[in-house]
Amino acid sequence: MSRLTNCFINLKKQNCTALIPFITAGDPSPELTVPLMHALVEAGANIIELGIPFSDPMADGPVIQRASERALDQGMTLIKVLKMVKDFRVKDSVTPVVLMGYLNPIEIMGYKKFAQAAEDAEVDGILRVDFPPEEITSESRTFIRANAMSPIFLIAPTTTPKRIKYICSKASGYIYYVAVKGVTGSAELDIDSLTDKLAEIRQFTKLPIGVGFGIKDAKSAARVAKVSDAVIVGSALINLIETIPQEQLLEKIPAFLQEMRLAMDNC
Amino acid sequence: MPISNLLNIKNTRKLPDENGHFGIYGGIFVAETLMQPLEELRIAYEKSMTDSEFLAELNHDLHYFVGRPSPLYYAKRWSQQLGGAKIYLKREDLNHTGAHKINNTVGQALLAKRMGKTRIIAETGAGQHGVATATVAARFGMKCTVYMGAKDIKRQSINVYRMRLLGAEVRAVESGSKTLKDALNEAMRDWVANIDDTFYIIGTVAGPHPYPAMVRDFQAVIGRETRQQSKVSVGHLPNILIACVGGGSNAMGLFYPFLENKEITMYGVEAAGDGLETGRHAAPLNAGRPGVLHGNRTYLMTDDDGQIIETHSISAGLDYPGVGPEHAWLKDTNRVKYVAVTDTEALDAFHDLTKTEGIMPALESSHALAYCKKIAPTIDKKQMIVVNLSGRGDKDIHTVAELEGIII
Repeated sequence: MSRLTNCFINLKKQNCTALIPFITAGDPSPELTVPLMHALVEAGANIIELGIPFSDPMADGPVIQRASERALDQGMTLIKVLKMVKDFRVKDSVTPVVLMGYLNPIEIMGYKKFAQAAEDAEVDGILRVDFPPEEITSESRTFIRANAMSPIFLIAPTTTPKRIKYICSKASGYIYYVAVKGVTGSAELDIDSLTDKLAEIRQFTKLPIGVGFGIKDAKSAARVAKVSDAVIVGSALINLIETIPQEQLLEKIPAFLQEMRLAMDNC
Repeated sequence: MPISNLLNIKNTRKLPDENGHFGIYGGIFVAETLMQPLEELRIAYEKSMTDSEFLAELNHDLHYFVGRPSPLYYAKRWSQQLGGAKIYLKREDLNHTGAHKINNTVGQALLAKRMGKTRIIAETGAGQHGVATATVAARFGMKCTVYMGAKDIKRQSINVYRMRLLGAEVRAVESGSKTLKDALNEAMRDWVANIDDTFYIIGTVAGPHPYPAMVRDFQAVIGRETRQQSKVSVGHLPNILIACVGGGSNAMGLFYPFLENKEITMYGVEAAGDGLETGRHAAPLNAGRPGVLHGNRTYLMTDDDGQIIETHSISAGLDYPGVGPEHAWLKDTNRVKYVAVTDTEALDAFHDLTKTEGIMPALESSHALAYCKKIAPTIDKKQMIVVNLSGRGDKDIHTVAELEGIII
């Protein structure tokens, strides 16, 4: 059984909701990424989404774009991101790691090479923001499947029921529901329409559903935790990473996450 | 058998396929939120292109507002000076707002109106597409926001002022390289956040399906007119077509109606900047490789890690790291030859045409002219070359003056 499936089964047994922090690999500095990942797990993270920096992150807001720019300025590459996951695995063989990013770096590396390196690093899932399931070629499918790395897809407020069904048939690991119409870190989320949409998605899949975009603090995390299987927090964390001095990072970022954990379910 | 022999032009004309693919290129590579809005756009566009009422409205505006048809002008003195083929210029510079861009913005604005959208957004590099968008927004009484890289705003202050006069809001983009590609990113973000009332007018034959096909279809009026005009005034179709390629909309517009005429040679001219060998250029078809950016798979300027490389060209309108996916397909199938000319060569052609014909071309179009200048002397006098003069050069006089050390 995959780490991701295992993780959600265990959480369900304990009646807990997954907490998934997103950080960009190499932000604020490459040396801090792996220690930060460990600290996030200690603070209550169940899964880590690790962003692959990209020069043109079209679906992200200014906060995550700046994180990408900081990482790229320090020479981050996809190969180095994969190396970080491998380094993380030295101490942690339990927590699933999902890579999240844009297609071009993977396309340029080549699907086969990427899948092999990701397998070697024990990456558990891959979310390519600008790669809808319709565009997935047999080449990508062959390698990503062979590797048992879950392809994770987004569902948005604009997704029609027909597409929800289609996407669910292609997804594994979990569904990432984009709670707001907008880029990362933008609007406030509307909990009523969120509840309705999640019920709609659940008609088509038994996969856990994570909710991201628009979760800013412990309060919104707690509200989303009540209706979803996972709470995904990205821009709020990166906002902090951007504002606090690097030497305080390993203390303050986990503290922020812990607050969310406590507000959600104290698991 | 070389690939060119396998190319069935009839099939080419059926492209893109229903999912927006030109061979391996094109497609829809966007975040999920945009999938449904793009589907709605595709349906509205396909319906409109067979709707006689829509087409009548479009033709009316192309005639009375844009000023079409644009002349096919025989550049007699320049042809004689070069001593070879007869050179004709398709005068898109004479359109309202001074470039071919308005053919597309009129079409998309009419479509926006039909779809009940009240707000228009656009990205712009040199500002030509931004001005053409702000113009039609004023014409149809729609709100308009144009995204423009902070660097380009400095380089093209006159166009910024024109857009503001037309009632558009110009938003400076400070992220990334602060040029056209970043403006496109930002416009996409705006669209994602405002899909209910907003129509995104992309200015070139790139982006997710249906944009490459839709923009091509709105620009194809250039090639259709050229066919008719050359038959009437010369008695036969041209032998050679030349157009500059940034994103590639003026080239697609000229080439598309001629793709089935296999005997016609076509050249797409990219910006070689300081020279292809220097790496400082904007020529993805000549020196890039296939990848995925801005919603489509195409040739890109990308490094070994898949990051997009900053481009360089004297012409802001060609300063873009990607290119329309249909051009990528036409390159791979050898239907169109893609070449590149440097800043210096383009600048020379700018001066040549200005002095010889009394026509000041845009620096973008000067790239096409520069390639024409290279090949015309080697071609028989009976042959006919059509160069797409995609825009006028008034907007560029500051750039040219600055390069020559003149303060205006």
